[in-house]
Amino acid sequence: MTESDMQAPNMQAPDMQARDHFKHHVYPSPFYSRQKEANKLKEWSRWADYLSVPAYYDASLEYFAGRNSCAVFDLTPMIKHRVSGPDALPYLNRLVTRDVTKLKPGRVGYAVWCNEGGQVIDDGTIFHLPEGGTYRVCSQERQLDWFLTCADGFEVEVVDETHEVAGLALQGPTSCAVLKEMGLTGIEDLTPFGLRNFDFQGTTLEVSRTGYTGDLGYELWIAPSHAEALWDALFEAGKLRGIWAMGSEALEMLRVEAGFILAGVDFLPAQEAVRPSHTRSPFELGLEWLVDFNKPVFNGRSALLKEKQQGSRYRLVKLDIEGNKVAHDSYVYTKDKKYAGTITSSMWSPSAKASIALASLDMPHGKPGEELLVEIYYKRELKWSRVMAPCRVVENVFWDPPRKRQTPAADF
Amino acid sequence: MTNQINSVVVVGGGHNGLVCATYLAKAGKKVTVLEAAKQVGGACVTREFAPDFRVSAGAHLSYLLDADIRKELGLDSHGLSMAAEKIGSVALSPNGQHLYFEGENVSGEGLNERDLQGMKEYRRFMAKFAGIIGKLHNRIPPRVGTKDRGDLIDLGKLALEIRLMGTDDMREFLRIAAINIYDVLQENFDNELLKGALALDAVLGTKSAPRSNNSVFTALHRMSGNNGHGAGVLSIPRGGMGAIADALAAAAKKAGADIRTNSPVKRILMDFDKVSGVELENGEQILADIVVSNADPKTTFLDLLGARNIEAGLAHRIKHLRSKGNTAKLHLALSDLPHFKGLDASKLGQRLLIAPSQEYVDHAFNHCKYGEFSAEPVFEITIPSIHDSSLAPPGQHVLSAVVQYAPRDLKEGWNSGKAAFTEVVLNTLEQYAPNIRSKAVVAELLTPEDIEQQFRIHGGHWHHAEMAMDQFFMLRPVPYAAQYHTPVNGLYLCGAGSHPGGGVMGSAGRNAARAIIGK
Repeated sequence: MTESDMQAPNMQAPDMQARDHFKHHVYPSPFYSRQKEANKLKEWSRWADYLSVPAYYDASLEYFAGRNSCAVFDLTPMIKHRVSGPDALPYLNRLVTRDVTKLKPGRVGYAVWCNEGGQVIDDGTIFHLPEGGTYRVCSQERQLDWFLTCADGFEVEVVDETHEVAGLALQGPTSCAVLKEMGLTGIEDLTPFGLRNFDFQGTTLEVSRTGYTGDLGYELWIAPSHAEALWDALFEAGKLRGIWAMGSEALEMLRVEAGFILAGVDFLPAQEAVRPSHTRSPFELGLEWLVDFNKPVFNGRSALLKEKQQGSRYRLVKLDIEGNKVAHDSYVYTKDKKYAGTITSSMWSPSAKASIALASLDMPHGKPGEELLVEIYYKRELKWSRVMAPCRVVENVFWDPPRKRQTPAADF
Repeated sequence: MTNQINSVVVVGGGHNGLVCATYLAKAGKKVTVLEAAKQVGGACVTREFAPDFRVSAGAHLSYLLDADIRKELGLDSHGLSMAAEKIGSVALSPNGQHLYFEGENVSGEGLNERDLQGMKEYRRFMAKFAGIIGKLHNRIPPRVGTKDRGDLIDLGKLALEIRLMGTDDMREFLRIAAINIYDVLQENFDNELLKGALALDAVLGTKSAPRSNNSVFTALHRMSGNNGHGAGVLSIPRGGMGAIADALAAAAKKAGADIRTNSPVKRILMDFDKVSGVELENGEQILADIVVSNADPKTTFLDLLGARNIEAGLAHRIKHLRSKGNTAKLHLALSDLPHFKGLDASKLGQRLLIAPSQEYVDHAFNHCKYGEFSAEPVFEITIPSIHDSSLAPPGQHVLSAVVQYAPRDLKEGWNSGKAAFTEVVLNTLEQYAPNIRSKAVVAELLTPEDIEQQFRIHGGHWHHAEMAMDQFFMLRPVPYAAQYHTPVNGLYLCGAGSHPGGGVMGSAGRNAARAIIGK
């Protein structure tokens, strides 16, 4: 989509009561006016209901800003649900596989939720809002139908608040310093996965120490009316700290390095699957730590208990691939050339200086240290070639700096 | 797995609960049956509805009761006997030119050769097809999509049985099994009264009209019982349907089961992720290794367990189970035998049907789609006191009629609707039995709401859940709970909401016991 395609974007935020969303192909984000100015490439893509920027200037430079200074990414299109009411906690605890009772007010938890076959519908983050008792669930896929289906028998209110909350991710080593500069006193003491409210120009700014880059970083949540002011304040405060606007291409690089999975890419959301063998359980995505059988009931429990006893079909692994060719959508083979699985995400990692990938392998493959082959087709000067690149299953993510966890957060 | 099971609580002492309890007790389990009402039987019960007038308050004819169960449990030695067997039916005509069904024959004015020949052929193929369905009744439904040998063999057997019907009958079975009775009757008959009566049997107790899909299936199901007499042959137990429950209770007690009436269960107890017993409404807790629920699926999962204590997928399917009743029950205490226009008094002991044409039944159904009761309802009437004088004071009688359609969720509400519908019902009846009002000392009408409350059936549906192909066999009540065990550890189902469904059959109870005992 180019700028000229959207001469007159509808500048109204979507009005969910009007139910006229079908008239609008896509909405501008609350940050649109600022994004438009920063978007030197004039390219736009669509993410859920919103216009999103693939790259503002140069995806590589935006990536390096995320690793070496800090980068700002518009999170508004992320699907957000608010869960409230007296049964909000038992409701969520039955919905997701992890134990939500351990999630205190002002904390954020990563979670997956499954159907009764134990297959992952989606993953996301649960924010236990600081006042306690109310939760926000952020996810890639729309979930309102499933969330409401799960609400039977609970006194709980579930609403889609995607359009009521504007979000920005500020990621990278200088992010804490920028927020301090912006006036968020005490932000350095926020621990990873902590969530705190700050006052910002007379409104509440929610700040969580979370992100999708595997580095020190924050996510900022505010009413859309204050979105532009927040953007301006951030860039003003970050002037001397190397702040960049970052598009989705750079974020994709950051998340693969950090080993984060993406719905629709690394796993097929269970409700979109036609073929049952194409879905994945939490175990098959390396998320065993999110499954808590100490809860007597949660969606997928029986099936997952069975899987735990009988074994899984797949394993999601990280691969370190020899050479510099990127293993896009490749097959993975054993050393004796038997099919072992497929690549789901791949990249040349500038930080690891390696060709890396996430791959879904058939069991029993994928034990750490296992050596395999990746079939890579690549083009040089219009000529296609093929290489069977040796690779190794690695245990640790490719980007995991100590500053990610360090509290108080370092002032770079 | 079941060798460790020693104690069992059966929630609900309906006929299936009693059957299940008896087989379990015979297998050496310590069984306690908890019945909410003051007498056992559930909707298979004889009740006094007016001083000295007793009637089968729910089901009023026996045609599905499994002959093997009757024999295995020695019900006859426990007091079960029939006051009338193989009773015929009369299709009432408003002008008094009725049709008489005796065995496989039909007689009366206005029948042509096609009707008479058609009747023979219709009875033949319907009985044959019903036999295929009947063979499923005493099987635990297979699971689809498993590699379990037993399941695959069962599916193979079903396919083989259909194949062995012969090419023509197999083709015909596959053609009509899921379609509507209207078309099938049009193909075979001319006489409207005849078709109306046959159509009525296809839709009794369901939310369907002759033109609804699946109405052939419901007709077949009604004829599918292994009752020892033949497809759909009707009997009336001495003492009413409650006599079946009483005999079952006696058999259960003899086998060692403990039966407690006046013991409504408030909830099913869980010990972490496993059922551990039940709590009664009076607070008493009864612990057990397993709980078998004779209650309907919605009561079991949504009320006694609670949606929040089961996985959402199961809760969702149970919630959307079609289980709203559309059938009312009329009981009249009569000072004297009524007179039906053009009907000889010797025929009053037969089953009397008011369904003068297929169109009439279809019109009666139309109302219930919009939350209204039928302006001219259809009836299945019995006067059991003709066969069994114990039901009424000497010289007096009781009339029991299934009346539909009466939707559970009546738009105007049953508070005011009940009196209005009672009027409609009596007015319609008067067209056939003009002096009926003057002879009716007491009239009791049970709406689906009354049935829901009095028999504790969520939705007031006689069959616990609508009988239809999408809620039958391996789909009943819902997938993953169709083999009597449920996704909830230690919880089993044994009621009409499970395969093979409604009607006083007992097979669900026996199949459940087999699933528990493990053979």
